[in-house]
Amino acid sequence: MKQIPAPFWTLVLGIAVTLISLWVGQNHNLLPIQASEQAPLVDDLFDVMVTIGTALFIVVQGAIIYSMVRFRQRKGDETDGLPIEGNLPLEAFWTAIPSIIVVGLGLYSVVVFQEMGGFSPGGHHGHGTMVAMAPQQSVIDVAPLLAQVGEGESADVYSRTQVYGFGASPLMQLNQPDVTVNVTGMQYAWIFNYPDTGIIDGELHVPVGKDVQLLIEAKDVIHSFWVPQFRLKQDALPGEPAELRFVATREGTYPVVCAELCGAYHGGMRTQVIVHSPEEYADWVASRVAEASSTTAVAQTLASPTSAEYLAAIAPDLATSPVQIAQMNHAQMDHGLSGVSMDR
Amino acid sequence: MAQAEVSIKPTELQGGHGHPDKWKWYDYFTFNVDHKVIGIQYLVTSFLFYLVGGFMAVLMRTELATPDSDFLSPDLYNAFLTNHGTIMIFLWIVPAAIGGFGNYLIPLMIGARDMAFPKLNAIAFWLNPPAGALLAASFFFGGGAQAGWTSYPPLSEITANLPQTLWCAALVMVGTSSILGSVNFLVTIWKMRVPSMKWDQMPLFCWAMVATSILALFATPVLAAALILLIFDINFGTSFFKPDAGGNVVVYQHLFWFYSHPAVYLMILPIFGIMSEVIPVHARKPIFGYKAIAYSSLTICLVGLFVWVHHMFTSGTAPWMRIFFTISTLIVAVPTGVKIFSWVATLWGGKIRYTTAMLFAVGLLSMFVFGGLSGVTLGAAPFDIHVHDTYYVVGHFHYVLFGGSVFGIYSGIYHWFPKMTGRMLNEPLGKVHFVLTFIGTILTFTPMHSLGMQGMPRRVAMYDPQFADLNQLVTIGSYVLAVSVIPFYINVIWSWMAGKEAGPNPWNAMTMEWTTDSPPMIENWEVLPVLTHGPYEYGMDKADQVGPAGEPVATTRP
Ligand code: HEM
Ligand SMILES: [Cu+2]
Ligand SMILES: [Cu+2]
Repeated sequence: MKQIPAPFWTLVLGIAVTLISLWVGQNHNLLPIQASEQAPLVDDLFDVMVTIGTALFIVVQGAIIYSMVRFRQRKGDETDGLPIEGNLPLEAFWTAIPSIIVVGLGLYSVVVFQEMGGFSPGGHHGHGTMVAMAPQQSVIDVAPLLAQVGEGESADVYSRTQVYGFGASPLMQLNQPDVTVNVTGMQYAWIFNYPDTGIIDGELHVPVGKDVQLLIEAKDVIHSFWVPQFRLKQDALPGEPAELRFVATREGTYPVVCAELCGAYHGGMRTQVIVHSPEEYADWVASRVAEASSTTAVAQTLASPTSAEYLAAIAPDLATSPVQIAQMNHAQMDHGLSGVSMDR
Repeated sequence: MAQAEVSIKPTELQGGHGHPDKWKWYDYFTFNVDHKVIGIQYLVTSFLFYLVGGFMAVLMRTELATPDSDFLSPDLYNAFLTNHGTIMIFLWIVPAAIGGFGNYLIPLMIGARDMAFPKLNAIAFWLNPPAGALLAASFFFGGGAQAGWTSYPPLSEITANLPQTLWCAALVMVGTSSILGSVNFLVTIWKMRVPSMKWDQMPLFCWAMVATSILALFATPVLAAALILLIFDINFGTSFFKPDAGGNVVVYQHLFWFYSHPAVYLMILPIFGIMSEVIPVHARKPIFGYKAIAYSSLTICLVGLFVWVHHMFTSGTAPWMRIFFTISTLIVAVPTGVKIFSWVATLWGGKIRYTTAMLFAVGLLSMFVFGGLSGVTLGAAPFDIHVHDTYYVVGHFHYVLFGGSVFGIYSGIYHWFPKMTGRMLNEPLGKVHFVLTFIGTILTFTPMHSLGMQGMPRRVAMYDPQFADLNQLVTIGSYVLAVSVIPFYINVIWSWMAGKEAGPNPWNAMTMEWTTDSPPMIENWEVLPVLTHGPYEYGMDKADQVGPAGEPVATTRP
């Protein structure tokens, strides 16, 4: 093919494409801020993919545009083009290069996945885990009891149920989580339940820099727990427990979004996660526990509180039918959340 | 394919005398067994459903112009969401690409008089209109199914039960249609090629249809199983997918995606076939890498059966599965890339005609590069976990389905309309259509990627006000797309009635469908053609660009 540019120009173009791609990979600004230990891992992977993708994009689009201009039919020319039917080395080349790229990306993905804790969901160190296994029991009473049960028993629970999601990162493997929260999705709200302290809330509060374990389940239909700034998402499945373990790295308020269609008001199923400094967090816990002691009586008499009852316990004067909850969320997000900076 | 000489030998080409009468207009409304009638029936009905699905999309985008739910009720929004997806996939792209082009072209391309099982073929088509009617009925009896085109239980089991049941029934019908059609395509291609046509002389569209049909045969029964279990759960008290009664919600997702991932390839493989036909003709060059393109279709078909869990990375999916399906998904990108590179190489060194068919084909190439790259990012589980079920995915699949499949259908229509109707489409109007579609596609689907990464989930009727600006841009883009179809439908209707006469071979193309009249007579040829050259031998004989001596058909302008 005589149109192949001289090696010099190929080299110049190659360098230009490389530089542009590297620049785009670092400066695309497409992702929100990073607020968990996993976030930079995911973002680095994405940046690499953007870099490679940009290079391929420029080369292929460039070849298309070049051909469309250079090889357009000229006026009065009714002849055919060059009768080239293939070129084995070239075809081998463009099969081999993408193969190498995808194998590389695959391996890199595995590494990232492992560092994120992807291989260890359900690792049997979180005492709250068993609460998720036994959601029918009174959440507040059972947690400390089960925590006293021996490791052998808890392993037993595990042999019966597969747990999905992200567990401890490889370095944390042997540690107990600092905070465990049972997360329940229901139409159209998230309930956050702290088994250690008995706190129940509609917003997630976590301390910065601490190892947090969420045990996620759904009551009615499938929901999906997503914090974009953490780069973490896990479906909340009725009947299938899941875990998300993370260390928040940046104080602030971030949206908690339901990502799985769960009904008419799915779009309104939003709340927030507040990442506190450790002191702030301790204050929050203390104030909530003090507050709760007045309502414990109510909570403890409920063997299996329904979602409506949870809510009623938190805010007895608030509406509790699903639609009303949705509207409540909705109103909150219009007037409340829109005021909250999303910290991007 | 070394011999360059063209000598397709149809004895009676100048038409007119001796062959059966043409079909009358009303024959197109009957149970007709002619593959060409059936092909056009598929195309026309699917283009009507396209308008219905598009109308729903415009209403949804109007709702999303503002963050609040203030235009449609949220239930109606979800009903439109569900039926938009269902119609666009099952009643627009699949029937147009597979049923329409497949039926119309395959016998003509391989020198057969009809499909192997004409009656079965007609039955397959006639399963589609009642499926559409069931979806329409679902709106009158309970406001339409509202659980998304994926219809995951438990949501689909507790929301709008009767419409959901009708929805399942409709899908079982189109699924059955697809199975019948696939058997037909495979047997036809296998058994009914003119004896002179070897496998490697078959047009690449036929290879693509082989891959498509195999995929449909393996995958569709699994979808039917999922839907029938769902119907039982909803109506007859079983609990396959009811967690509180011992069922499992994730099993449905496996069944669903075991079909529906291959379904995305069902929607693109025939389009790849169309690309391989259109590009060589309008670039006046042989297809680059015939074998690579043919085998990559089969590779995609094979690997495509083992990637479905990439739709379930955030679901109840074990770690090893997340890894296994990351790797398998990334691997699919390789044969897909091979095709893209081969088409670009086909352009290189050609004498490119700026026909509307070619513009849409090249537009597709350009769109698909982007959609394929975003697909690769989604294949990597660690990143997909962030963007799964967000607008990023919506952006990805519209790039490949609108920028890919829909562009391809348009390209195919501009290319084969002359064959189907005997008349040319208006080119200037076609170019207006192309420009509007191209701009509209970029405006509508590019910002979605950014929205998703920033935090906007998909399938929402209300969203965080911080996303308002980009959503407005998307809504404007969708209006541009809505307007873009106007010149197209006008063009088709007007040209069908009064367009310029096309003649048998207006593009000077070399595949066999161009050796007969436009539109072809009822049994396609009076005497079956004999093939002595490959389908893409452009520019092979420099001395005789106007066609081989004595054969006025295959390469001569009319
Ligand atoms: C290079 C090739 C491709 C790769 C690697 C790829 C990968 C993916 C992945 C991983 C997802 C799941 C994303 C998620 O839900 O989180 C996805 C979604 C999707 N893709 Fe692709 N894709 C490719 C090409 C295509 C093509 C050719 C089509 C159809 C013409 C297509 C249609 C879709 C659709 C419809 C969905 C979304 C389904 C839904 O959730 O409703 N993709 N793709
Ligand atoms: Cu939701
Ligand atoms: Cu897929």
